[in-house]
Order: sequence, then C-alpha cells, then structure tokens
Amino acid sequence: MGKKHATPLLDQLKEGKWPSFVKELEKAAARAPRTEDLIGQLEESYKVKIPLWKHGGMAGVKGYGGGVVGRFSNYPEKFPGTKEFHTARVNQVQGFFYTSDVLRKLCDICDKYAGGIFNFHGSTGDIQILGFTQAEAEDMFQELTANGFDLGGSGSALRTPAACVGPARCEWANFDTLHMCQNITKEFQNEIHRPPFNYKFKIKFAGCPNDCVASGARSDLSVVGIWKDNIRIDQDAVKEYAKTMDIQKMVVDKCPTRCMSYDGEKLTIDDENCVKCMHCINTMPKALRPGVVKGAQIRVGAKVPMVQGPRLGFVLIPFYDVEEDKKNDYAFFKDLVQRIWDFWDEYGQNRERVGELIQRVGVGNFLEEIGLEPRPEMVEYPRPNPFIKFEEYFVEDDEEEEGEEEE
Amino acid sequence: MPDATSGRVRITDIGPPDYEQFLPPIVKRNYGQWKYHEYIKPGVMVHVSESGEKLYTVRVGSTRLLSTDTVRAIADLADKYCGGHVRFTTRNNIEFLLESDEKIDELIEDVQKTLGFPVGGIRKCVANIVHTQGWLHCHTSASDASGVVKAIMDELYDYFVTEKLPAKVRIGFACCLNMCGSVGAADIALVGVHRRPPRVLYDRVNDLCEIPNTIASCPVDAIKPITHKGKPSVEVDEDRCVFCGNCYSVCPALPIADPLNDGVAIFVGGKISNARTKPTFSKLAVPFLPNNPPRWPEVIEAVKTIFDAYKDGAREGERLGEWINRIGWPKFFKVTGFEFTKYHIDDFRLGECTMNYSNYVRGGDL
Repeated sequence: MGKKHATPLLDQLKEGKWPSFVKELEKAAARAPRTEDLIGQLEESYKVKIPLWKHGGMAGVKGYGGGVVGRFSNYPEKFPGTKEFHTARVNQVQGFFYTSDVLRKLCDICDKYAGGIFNFHGSTGDIQILGFTQAEAEDMFQELTANGFDLGGSGSALRTPAACVGPARCEWANFDTLHMCQNITKEFQNEIHRPPFNYKFKIKFAGCPNDCVASGARSDLSVVGIWKDNIRIDQDAVKEYAKTMDIQKMVVDKCPTRCMSYDGEKLTIDDENCVKCMHCINTMPKALRPGVVKGAQIRVGAKVPMVQGPRLGFVLIPFYDVEEDKKNDYAFFKDLVQRIWDFWDEYGQNRERVGELIQRVGVGNFLEEIGLEPRPEMVEYPRPNPFIKFEEYFVEDDEEEEGEEEE
Repeated sequence: MPDATSGRVRITDIGPPDYEQFLPPIVKRNYGQWKYHEYIKPGVMVHVSESGEKLYTVRVGSTRLLSTDTVRAIADLADKYCGGHVRFTTRNNIEFLLESDEKIDELIEDVQKTLGFPVGGIRKCVANIVHTQGWLHCHTSASDASGVVKAIMDELYDYFVTEKLPAKVRIGFACCLNMCGSVGAADIALVGVHRRPPRVLYDRVNDLCEIPNTIASCPVDAIKPITHKGKPSVEVDEDRCVFCGNCYSVCPALPIADPLNDGVAIFVGGKISNARTKPTFSKLAVPFLPNNPPRWPEVIEAVKTIFDAYKDGAREGERLGEWINRIGWPKFFKVTGFEFTKYHIDDFRLGECTMNYSNYVRGGDL
C-alpha cells in the first residue's frame, strides 16, 4: 500500500483553470498512503472505461443499519489500499455552517481513520469521509460522536434532511428552515439510522419558491416557504430601479399571471392573482419583499427516474402555518410524516418510492388514507376523462344515497 | 449506553450538532432580520439587515472532493478573515462571510494564492456543477463524474468568474440513472447511460440475489424467473430492457457496465425554481456520447454547442429552458445541429403526454 502509480491519463486533469480533483487526491495520498491506490484504481478505470468497485459487501457501525456505504475493490491485489475504502455519511451542520476548529477536528479524524479525503458535501447534504475499513469504522464513529457529529442516512431509510441557508443569510426565508430541519432530523434519528422503509425517503426545507435545495425535484416531502398576504412594495426603491432597468419588460411582462402593472411611476400588484413565483422579488430585491403572513407549502412525491420514471412533487398542503406548528414542536408536520409513512408501510412495495405508490393507487385514495381533503390547489386541472370510480349511488326505492355515509 | 462487548460508553443517535454554535456572530445578531441584498461584483454579494449591518459573501468554487490539507487551508482563511467561520453551499461552493468590505480583495487574492480556487458562481454565470462519484467511488457508474466535470469547467471557467450570461446556467452530472446527483431539473443535465442489457451470470443469481426482488426492480418487466442447471435463476428479455441498471443495483449477478457501450446522455432546459415558469425536468438533447477519458471531448463539444446557442440566442433573464420554449424545439435542434431521432420521442409511461396535440409548429425546416 502507498505505492505511487503512473497516471498519464489523470495527469491531464491536473491542467486547466478549474481546480483539479486529481491534485486533491494527491494531497490526500501524501497523508494517507491508501489513497495512492484510489488514484491508481481510477487511472485503471480511465483505461478500461468501467468502474472497478465490487458490488455489495456490508460495512457499518454497531446498532446502525446505515450511514456507512461499503466500497470494496474488485482488484485488491493490485490496489491493496482500496480493498476496503468505505464512505461515512456524516450529518452536516444545518445551513452548512462550520467553524475552523470543527473543520480541523474533522480533518484529524479523516486523516487518522480514512483516506484524507472528503466530499463537501454529498448531494443529499452529508459530509462524506472516504476511505476507511470496517475495522476502523467503529472507532471513527465513536470519535465523531464524541465531537458532536453523528452519521446520516443510507439505504431504505429517512435520508439526512437538508435545508437552505434560510433566515441565517436570506431575506426571503418565509420560515426558519434551519430550526425546522434540525428539529425534524433529531426527531427521526431512529428512521435515519435503522432503515425501516420500502426505499429511501427524503425531506428538504427551502425558505422560498426559488428552492435552493432543489427540494421539489428530489424529495419525497418538500417544504417550501411561502407567504399568504401582499408583496411589500417600496415605491421609492422601485423608482431607483427604474433608472437602470426596464421594469415593464424585465419585471411586469415576465409575471406568470400578469398580475402586475407599472405606469412609469408606481408599481401595482394584484396580490390575489400572485402565485408567489419570486420573479419580481428576485429582480428587485431592494424594492419588493415577501409579505408578512408567512408559512410554507408542502409538496409530496418527487423522485429521480428509478423505477417508474422521474416525478416532481405536487401540492399536498397549500399553506402550512410553520410558526404556529413550531410552538407545538412541529406536531402537525410530524404527524403528517407519520401518516404518510403508515400509508407507505401498509401498501408500498419493495423499492417503491412514496410518489410511485401514490401514482399506482391514485392521489384520491392516498389523500383518503392520510386523512386530507382534496383541494383544487393540488391539481393543474380536473380530470378530463370520464372514468370515475363512483362510491355513492342510488338504490331503487331508497331515498338516501348509498356510499360513504353508511359504511 | 455501555457497549456489551467493550464496556465503553457509546454515544449514538445524537443527530447533527446544534447549528447555532457555528453561526458567525453577525448572523446571530441579524438572524431572520435580513432586508435585501445586492451584487457587488462576480462572486461577491452583500446582505443588508434591518439593523443596517452588512454581511459580505465571497463565493468560491470548489472541487467538492477536498483533501484534508485543503479543508485545513479553508479553516486558516476563515480564521484570518472571518473570525473562524465559513460555510458551504448546496452546489459545492465555499462561502466566506465578512463583516466589512475592507478585506474582500485581499481575501480573494489569498484564496487564489492558497487554494487556487476561483471566486464567482453568483447570478448570471455558470454555477458550480453538482455531481456524483463516478468511477472514482461507485460500482454502478456508467461514466466518471469528477473528470467530466473538470473538463467542462475548464472550458466554461470564464463564465463562472464573470456575469455575462442571459441568466444562470446550472449544470448537473449523474453517473448513472440512479441520479444521486439529482440532476433531472438542471439547465444542462449529463447522465451516465448504458446501451446494452445486463449480462446474466446464470450460475450466481441464486447465491447473490433475491430473485423476486430482482424481478420487481425492472421498470419494464423484462426479467423472468427460470431454472438454470436445476437452480433458480433469471433471464433478461433483451427486446424489453431499457438498460436502466436498476436490476444490477439489487442483484450483483447482473453486471451491466460495458466499456464500449457506456457513455453520456445530455438533457436540457430543466429548472427548479418557480420564478416566471413552473419547475420542470430537463429534456433529451443528445441520446449518447462515448466515454472518452480523460477529457471527454465529444461531451465537451456538445455542452459547448448548447451553451453557445443559448448565450447567443437567449434574451436577458431567460433561462435555457425558457429560451427553448420561446423559440420552439425544432429551432433548438436546428441551431444546435443535433439530430432529432426516435429516441427523443418519449415512449415510457405517460410518454404520449409529450406529443404536440395542435397545429402549432415553428422554428424548424418546413
């Protein structure tokens, strides 16, 4: 282990203006000799054009069913350092805020037990420490928890929830994304660490419809901040923007519901028709601000292609009063999550995301199961076909309709 | 609780550390009180609080894959300029937060000297690429990730450090259809794809795989149970298989990686934000380009073609997908020169919804 490999292909990726991950790997290898073999194996992959990692093999820490992703090389003789080169998903700090001290501590742990290399961060949000063996996993885990860090989710578990920067550095945060994400993450530690589900489940928190954590395209449950009342307008600041910007063209004409008008002096918004898309606010942040009656919208069912095709999340709860629920330790939200999980437990199949289950059984049945009323905000438009599965009907000589009432 | 075997006290299920202890003092003082923000220059913005306090952000592009040496260097910069505080973004950038604008230029110079990383990635630019592990660290990858990303960003570097595009261009790279990079709604989404069915290791299926699970993993019902040499196994219907690789995810006896036939597909025009138009997935532009390490020239050329056509054709403020919606898909294929094939017509579930049910046509060669 620790032998330097010739890397004529990877060397070409040390050139160029953008920072080079190959140089990062080389720096890591200077501290952790095993990482030389990671570089060597990647060079080999560049030659043979396939991955050289073995499928399967378990790795983990005591009492957890996830948080560590096992990686075993197909060629341990040639690359002994990658014989085991596991990943630990370490639950990030909300909003990705760190201090220099804690970063150095994480570096010490990464050098001591692993390959001297991280992902800051993985796509779901975790810090990833790469390159430790099963024999090192438990000690590393204990050193992490002793320093206040815990593992995140993997496998058929609640994946590490993630939030945008929120009120820490954004005027558009319509709820406290960091507080809620922290609370929910702490609440569901068991579901994160001991995979109980059919497949993965993701929850993400974005402070406004700009959705900087991309919740709407990938999280089974996406909480996106929104307001109910009127956009706040500073007409003097509008006049300032008018000096450098064509407000009619760049703001008014781009409003998706044409709910704005501008007479050259004053900007008027018909807030009843505003869909809170954020465009006007994004374009004139000094002049326009979200309203003051704030909360969030909850969407459900987003996922990537596997297995039944990609889905975006659809509106489940048009307005959720986060501030009120926060006073109650987010009891409403936690109950909603639990009801969705119960439904998924009851009817879901192996490797079926909740969005796919909803697609299979129908949104109407899903709503009934989790106890939510259908609302027109949930649909783009009502059903255009007549294949209605009526549940109420008349019986001859009976004045009452049969159906739900008499079940 | 004490561990039964070692007797040591084990700490578990503590969750992430309390974020409040990591917030810079200026953030704590103005938490939830931010009023507006302004852009100062590429990679630098200022947030102004109701209290009048100003918080300057310097955004720095990173490789995501970071050595401990580099993370320590980031920590040193945080000590020197930001009272020991630093944050990261969802797109692998590092953000240094300053209480005054005095040391911005010095910090930028220091970042370039000590880290060698570029400052930029805000507003009308190419954002840092969200990506996956690729061959470096994943067994299901149909391509590498870091290498292609490096090659693309070398090419588009100037558009990261400046703000001269019509709007933000977000590129994402996922090295297989599992899409851990969740790139499905990127302006330009690159996805590692296979083009051949898995090779069934008939003798090993029974030992390595749970057969009902394997059969259920297929989106097109192409996997059937069989008996092979007296033992349970499976076979794959090649006519039905869409090469997604999901069966390999659950069954190691169905390897699908193929040096000749794995490569990269490019989708365009996705969007996550709700601004102006609804969030939407990206759509197929180029079905397949070969894996050609270390710099994937065919992929770079195609990305550049899309990028240049957008840059030249879009109006101010238009995202890539909005530009295509304005000019129409026929024109997109015309200006990029990409061939429109039967692969571009959706034939998966609900695929028919994507047809043009009207007399509206424009922009192509009629």
